[in-house]
Amino acid sequence: MLKIDNLGVKYGAVSGVKKIDLLVNQGELVALLGANGAGKSTTLLAVAGALKCDQGSIVFNGQDITLYPPEKTIRMGIAMVPETRDVFPDLTTHENLKLGAFIRSRDKVGIEQDLEKMYGLFPILKDRVNQSAGTLSGGEQQQLVIARALMSRPKLLLLDEPSLGLAPAIVDHIFELILHLKNQGLTILLVEQNAVKALQLADRAYVLSLGTVATAGPAKDIASNSDLASIYFGN
Amino acid sequence: MIGQIIQFTIDALSLGSLYALMALGLVIVYGILKLVNFAYGELIMVTGYTLFLLSGSPLPWIVMAGCGILMAVFFGILTELIAFRPVRAKSVTAVLITSFAFSTLLQNAALLFISPRSRQVPLPDLFTQSVELAGVIIPLRNIITIIFAVVLLILFALLLKKTVLGIALRAAASEFRMARMLGVPANLVISLAFAISGFFAGVVGILWLGRIGVVLPTIGLEPLLIAFIATVIGGMRSLQGAVLGGYLLAFIDISLNYTLPQDLLQFRDAFTFSFVILLLVLKPEGLIKGPATGQRT
Ligand SMILES: Nc1ncnc2c1ncn2[C@@H]1O[C@H](COP(=O)(O)OP(=O)(O)OP(=O)(O)O)[C@@H](O)[C@H]1O
Ligand SMILES: [Mg+2]
Repeated sequence: MLKIDNLGVKYGAVSGVKKIDLLVNQGELVALLGANGAGKSTTLLAVAGALKCDQGSIVFNGQDITLYPPEKTIRMGIAMVPETRDVFPDLTTHENLKLGAFIRSRDKVGIEQDLEKMYGLFPILKDRVNQSAGTLSGGEQQQLVIARALMSRPKLLLLDEPSLGLAPAIVDHIFELILHLKNQGLTILLVEQNAVKALQLADRAYVLSLGTVATAGPAKDIASNSDLASIYFGN
Repeated sequence: MIGQIIQFTIDALSLGSLYALMALGLVIVYGILKLVNFAYGELIMVTGYTLFLLSGSPLPWIVMAGCGILMAVFFGILTELIAFRPVRAKSVTAVLITSFAFSTLLQNAALLFISPRSRQVPLPDLFTQSVELAGVIIPLRNIITIIFAVVLLILFALLLKKTVLGIALRAAASEFRMARMLGVPANLVISLAFAISGFFAGVVGILWLGRIGVVLPTIGLEPLLIAFIATVIGGMRSLQGAVLGGYLLAFIDISLNYTLPQDLLQFRDAFTFSFVILLLVLKPEGLIKGPATGQRT
């Protein structure tokens, strides 16, 4: 479904990633692991079209999307949950969700149904409907951002550290949710600090180091073969 | 006494309405691009010269005013296409310089093709008439200004609140990249912001000209400065802040007008700026903080 070849992204003179080859098949949950600064977020942002690629190609469902801007990749069916969350702070929860469905604004009935679905899936958001998103707690914001991404009815969901900085109970809740989405057939590329948990859910995993793929394989093998600490300290 | 209070209130509210509209026009672009459009004042100039050039025509005044506003919208979009879009992705400094350059270009065009001296613009009788209220004479144009501003502010608030495009515009103003990742077309939103900015400049232009009656090449300087100060007071990031800043600035100006002795009145701006500085020392972020983040793109 998603095929990344020899991807390189630069931030000015600094290189974000040097050479990434990565494959995500339909219906798979693929984990992307690695130390801080390994290039995980950069990879996701490049797929979403928010960063320009300096080399390599990104192909999605047979279409070359390497040069696509973000407003086009979302229309292809790629939704992003960024590490920085990026709720729209002065918009209400409800408005944030509605904007998630921007690409299908005409489908009024469908949007209403999906909103109800999201409030079912994330009951806490229902209590916060008219509260501005900037005043939500970190966990609530994270749920909002995932729900917002789902509102576009994506084919591929990019999740960048959804458990970052959240209390254990909420982390569990988020992981349950990711599992639920996977079981519904959604294809997911998941970046996580919490490698143990991510590898439990994932079908396959890639470990990045210094902008390249250090190891890749079935999640079980990665979990049993590699010293998880080394993933994070990059050696 | 009652009369004086009414007069003061109407003076402050009408000037405040003008300042608020000016500030809103500036901040709508700033909010999205995090860049000040230095050619903003020239949009007001464009409205003025449109009125002047049409003054010989048989068109009814209201049509002329409409044309003036349309030209401001047109030039607003033009500013974006010429001064902002080509260099937007490259550097902040480049955009500052190109918007300055575009401002100078428009001023010089007016200087060259029309005249360095001021030119009378046509105004309807309504703008020169006054009404009597509780024993004081109130110019009608002040009341018109207030009504116009209130109606526009309400319509604008509804547009931002109720329409998908409005929500997209607000979203883009705080998290531009994220808005794009949800499919909000960046170029459209930016052009729309410039169009709205031009629209406000055009309306302000009409009302401003209604006060001073003439147009000249440097007419845009003062509104730009006022809008800028009002947005700084209000907090550069929020639309409500800009409106609040506009009304507050006018309140300070008018209060000084009423209280300063005659021989100090010529230094009014110095007093106003002292207040502004004091306010910024107390509240460096401006009155309303607005959304916490925002990246330039
Ligand atoms: N905006 C930026 N400007 C310059 N360099 C950047 C920028 N963002 C990331 N980098 C650099 O690119 C490299 C990869 O960063 P990236 O954010 O992709 O890492 P990451 O794997 O997501 O790390 P983390 O686990 O901390 O989120 C790092 O060396 C980082 O310093
Ligand atoms: Mg990251």
